[in-house]
Amino acid sequence: MEDTYRRIDADPEFHALSKRRSRLSWALTAVVAFSFYLWIFVIAFKPAWFAQTLGPDTVLTVGIAGGLGVIVLAVTLTGIYIWQANQHFDAQNRKIVAHAQSEPQT
Amino acid sequence: MPKVNRRLKKALPLFLLTPAASAATPVNTSGIAIGFFLLFVCTTLGITWWAARRTLTTRDFYAAGGNITGFQNGLAIAGDFMSAASFLGVSGLIFGFGFDGLIYAVGGLAGWPMVLFLLSERLKNLGKYTFADAVSLRLAATPIRCLAASGSLVAVVLYLIGQMVGAGKLIEVLFGLHYSIAVGAVGALMIVYVCFGGMIATTWVQIIKAVLLLSGATLVTFLVLQRFGFSFEALFRAAIAEHPRQDAIMAPGALVHDPLSVISLATATMFGTAGLPHILMRFFTVPNAREARRSVFFASAFIGYFYLLTFIIGFGAIALVAGKPDFLDAAGKLIGGDNMAAIHLARAAGGELLLGFMSAVCFATILAVVSGLTLSGASAISHDLYANVFRPGASEQEVVKVSRIATIVLGLVSVSLALLFESQNVAYMVLLAFAVGASVNFPLLFLAMYWSRLTTTGALTGGVAGLLTAVGFIVLGPTVWVEVLGHAAPIVPYKYPALFAMAVSFTGSIVVSLLDRSPRAARERAAFRHLYIRSQTGLGSEGATPH
Repeated sequence: MEDTYRRIDADPEFHALSKRRSRLSWALTAVVAFSFYLWIFVIAFKPAWFAQTLGPDTVLTVGIAGGLGVIVLAVTLTGIYIWQANQHFDAQNRKIVAHAQSEPQT
Repeated sequence: MPKVNRRLKKALPLFLLTPAASAATPVNTSGIAIGFFLLFVCTTLGITWWAARRTLTTRDFYAAGGNITGFQNGLAIAGDFMSAASFLGVSGLIFGFGFDGLIYAVGGLAGWPMVLFLLSERLKNLGKYTFADAVSLRLAATPIRCLAASGSLVAVVLYLIGQMVGAGKLIEVLFGLHYSIAVGAVGALMIVYVCFGGMIATTWVQIIKAVLLLSGATLVTFLVLQRFGFSFEALFRAAIAEHPRQDAIMAPGALVHDPLSVISLATATMFGTAGLPHILMRFFTVPNAREARRSVFFASAFIGYFYLLTFIIGFGAIALVAGKPDFLDAAGKLIGGDNMAAIHLARAAGGELLLGFMSAVCFATILAVVSGLTLSGASAISHDLYANVFRPGASEQEVVKVSRIATIVLGLVSVSLALLFESQNVAYMVLLAFAVGASVNFPLLFLAMYWSRLTTTGALTGGVAGLLTAVGFIVLGPTVWVEVLGHAAPIVPYKYPALFAMAVSFTGSIVVSLLDRSPRAARERAAFRHLYIRSQTGLGSEGATPH
């Protein structure tokens, strides 16, 4: 078992995959956190911005549209992550582990 | 001042239900609700009987054998999150204040992507039954398990009392049942589900309830939109015309004014989710990291959909319920308080049958959520403390037995405390539960998985400091110092401690870890590589039971 860990750690493919995966995770986290806190900061400091309506013939305000937008964005981004992970990460991960386990003892 | 206090009480829907009337006329006196509810109880007891025969090992009891699929688990997670408090509370808040209710909805959802991107897969790869498994891998197991188990138990027990008190009052208003009978019934059913059926029964109760709640809310929303020709514009205009605050309901500012409070509240709703042990525990019921990941996707999709419905229901209630004499008491207030807005709307939109159905669904929701909480509390006692700290060599049967005893004890304790606190404002307990989740459990879990330099001493210092800050802020803040102890002004002016306690916890853990030069710290840092590889690849993690 320890050998397998050592081989994985020495495998450049593993580091490349970890890097790709964590870059995607952090990028998506940043987008969600940024849009959520942007919405919250406007409520906290500039509520009047959110009181404006979207147009002259609607009562829907920028704030409500923004809030519902954050909900939809959050769900969409989880979908993107799942799609990426299912399409690429899982297969690569399996390959790396199988490779490390099959290598002859050195 | 009283005006401010009323606002403070209203600002708690995610955390607690506080129906205004305690012994008012029940909303619902027909037998339809009772009938639906009995049907739910019979079905779930049948499932518990079926599950009990499959609950033999600790793996069955804590993790449903690891055989739940991502889709099922997503529904169950959504069920854990969609409590009666978040359905009735958020729709009631939108009914009362319009826009500001949306803060809870958006905050409640925004935490989920973060759980998915950063925690779910690693947690599944590292842990076995509880999140304490994952954090104690690299650090000194005994003190860290004690910290994680305390963090879990404090959060669970406080949250449980809050839910039970809210449940007793809600059922009193909904069905006209006496408070103590309602609390006793909830306690008894919850003990039966968890004690006999373990995680298998708890998961299926949660799934059934989630499906019922989502379908009921969908139906109410559909009927409301139908009234307005499926035009949101028409719905909003009708709501603005009915509401005393007029078009101010479309803009922020009715509920929270102080910027720092808004930010701290947002932080509590976002990170509290990621630190609630009954939700973290759900990641161990699936066979692998892929299913753990899928569960969060389904959970966030269901929760997002649920909040969109809740939003429409809140505005629908303003348009169709507010100002209709049928739904008001002598003083012109909504019967049963603003939290009953969704229930009244069910009647306005779909008549007695829908009213009965939605009332029963709310009762079922309470039952499912308290069961999940009790199970995670029992796991902290039996798995983290008994099997790993006090009796490391205990056999499977013994641990399952201890889990069942712990379930009964937790059930009895929470019923007794709920009876004791009947006429008290227990809002602070639930605020504290979320603050502990965000400031003890979440930093511990996050740093243990992501930061190689974290040491046991650092984690303990940060965790304890975060806990003390959360407790201190709550005791000296408006919720306890003013509302419970009756002082004129709070010593700490902030109601939501999460932002501050989280900052203290992270700072404490990081600074003390960096200063830690002990040999143990060096070993713990060296062990990070191994943990990192396991968290990334799933190598050596707990899989499903082989078939």
